[in-house]
Amino acid sequence: MSVLLAEQLLNGVQLGVMLFLLAAGLTLVFGIMGVINLAHGSLYMIGAYGAAVVAQATGSWWLALLGGLGAAAVIGMAMELLVLRRLYARDHLDQVLATFGLILFFNQGITMLVGRQPLFVELPPLLTGAVEIFPGVPYPAYRLLIIAVGLLVAAGLYVLIQHSRIGMLVRAGATHRDMVRALGVDIRKLYTLVFGLGALLAGLAGLMAGPVYNVQVGMGEQILILTFVVVVIGGIGSVRGALFGALLVGITDTLLRGIMPGLLRTVLPASEADALGASLSSMGVYVLMAVVLLVRPRGLFPAHA
Amino acid sequence: MRDRVILGLLLLGAILLPFGAQAAGFPATTGIATQIACLAIAAASLNLLIGHAGLVSFGHAAYFGLGAYVVGILWEHFRLGEPLLGFIPGTNQLLITLPLAMIVAGLAAAAIGALSLRTSGVQFIMITLAFAQMVFFLFVGLKQYGGDDGLVVRRRNLVPGLDLRDAMQMYWLCLGLLVAWLFVLARIVGSRFGRVLEGIRQNERRMAAIGVSTYAYKLVAFILSGVGCGLAGALMANYLRFVSPEMMSWQRSGELMVMVILGGVGTLFGPVLGAAGLVGLEYALGGITEHWQFFLGPILLGVVLYARGGLMGLLGYGRGGGRGHG
Repeated sequence: MSVLLAEQLLNGVQLGVMLFLLAAGLTLVFGIMGVINLAHGSLYMIGAYGAAVVAQATGSWWLALLGGLGAAAVIGMAMELLVLRRLYARDHLDQVLATFGLILFFNQGITMLVGRQPLFVELPPLLTGAVEIFPGVPYPAYRLLIIAVGLLVAAGLYVLIQHSRIGMLVRAGATHRDMVRALGVDIRKLYTLVFGLGALLAGLAGLMAGPVYNVQVGMGEQILILTFVVVVIGGIGSVRGALFGALLVGITDTLLRGIMPGLLRTVLPASEADALGASLSSMGVYVLMAVVLLVRPRGLFPAHA
Repeated sequence: MRDRVILGLLLLGAILLPFGAQAAGFPATTGIATQIACLAIAAASLNLLIGHAGLVSFGHAAYFGLGAYVVGILWEHFRLGEPLLGFIPGTNQLLITLPLAMIVAGLAAAAIGALSLRTSGVQFIMITLAFAQMVFFLFVGLKQYGGDDGLVVRRRNLVPGLDLRDAMQMYWLCLGLLVAWLFVLARIVGSRFGRVLEGIRQNERRMAAIGVSTYAYKLVAFILSGVGCGLAGALMANYLRFVSPEMMSWQRSGELMVMVILGGVGTLFGPVLGAAGLVGLEYALGGITEHWQFFLGPILLGVVLYARGGLMGLLGYGRGGGRGHG
């Protein structure tokens, strides 16, 4: 039982780390530019497809890594320059509609380019094995790598945001946007840069997700909604909140999925218990979010104090 | 005066549409128009919230789906002949299912709205989305009512004096209810209650300062829009003879918002135009290419960037005055 629990916990951390990579970009864009970007999930999908397509064409993992990151970052910056830049001053309603249009565009575009069939990405042979984390508890090496990469990115972002000049501007932009502009900082360039960074992280999450989940059209929207939950729980604009919220959501979701059906099986027939358990555990994170918002309407770590 | 004539002609055209469709050899148009009428009811209800109270809800497909499921679940129990929860008999009478759908959707909106309205801004958008997702996953898990696959309603509900199996009569029922609902909404918007909502949209703090208890007004608006969506969903379930959790997915909530914005936020007929525009575009583009979404996306983008006020704005009937601070 405890072995199973440890495994579930690690799975939860792994999901949390993926969510963090997405949420970090989203919360910065949210907090600094005040834009609701529904198309953030599309960047995740583009990263996954970029890597999968390059990997199939060349067979090189390093090129695939480059392809996924490059595609996400370039398309993300183009998106900011061409579309989102015009939406900063608009109300949330316009932003939702415009980025909803972008989702349709990207999903159908990928379908036209690559087709409807999900792509399967194989792991580099080096990473297919399992590592014994505790004696007798093997865990897939690749998932451990995801966790390690995610935590490294978190540390890198911490240094970047708390201890660099750009980070200082980002923090200042999140709390006193007009003051930063008044001091002569080219806020537009900063916006594009932050957006590109967010896109890069989303692409990284996407390409790492490839071998674990299927690479398919619509994968972005599945995780996007969870990412919003993370951002809102953590507090909009707060990277620390995103990390905390992501781990909380990832672990809650995974543990509920692991435990719920078993609990329900004690009172219900197996097939019904599984279905109800799956749906109740899907609801879990939304219940969590609703409770957090009701108790602390600005999230756990609000950036605009 | 001129507007009244235009309106009368439009209504006449809408009533006569099935005959025209039949004569032109496109009888399927009546079905499309029925869907538009149902969605227009939902979009108009959402517009009361977004356009008049300034509350952006990203979860209104939930009430639409609840209304639809009232029809579906009552049919299922009617078919099986066993009462729901042991004491509520199933039914296939529209005069029972429709009001019940509105009541159930309204009660859900009251509970969800009461909690959601404690937040505002982006958090409000997200918490309404969260509650809608909860309802969505609840129905996905209800194996008894088909779970993921949904429920088939084999026969449309019965109404004394009408035969809903006839496509034209189904259409006229939906059209009639749309007109009635628009009339109700127009009266609401024009009433003192509507003026207060408008004031809240423009500046809530100011309304609070002159002594209005804004929370109660917003909650009533939230419930009313939920009731309207429940009505629309019940009609749609009858038209499609099918209900599924997909009807309450977040993409559907997004589409309802798209209709409101496409047509023109805060206008009476904007949501109707928006519903007609979106459904029409889907069918028109879908007839040309399989990849119609590839073109629909940029069209929506263009509407946001270049046509503020939506289709109503383009026609010169945009809402006067500035928009609220979303």
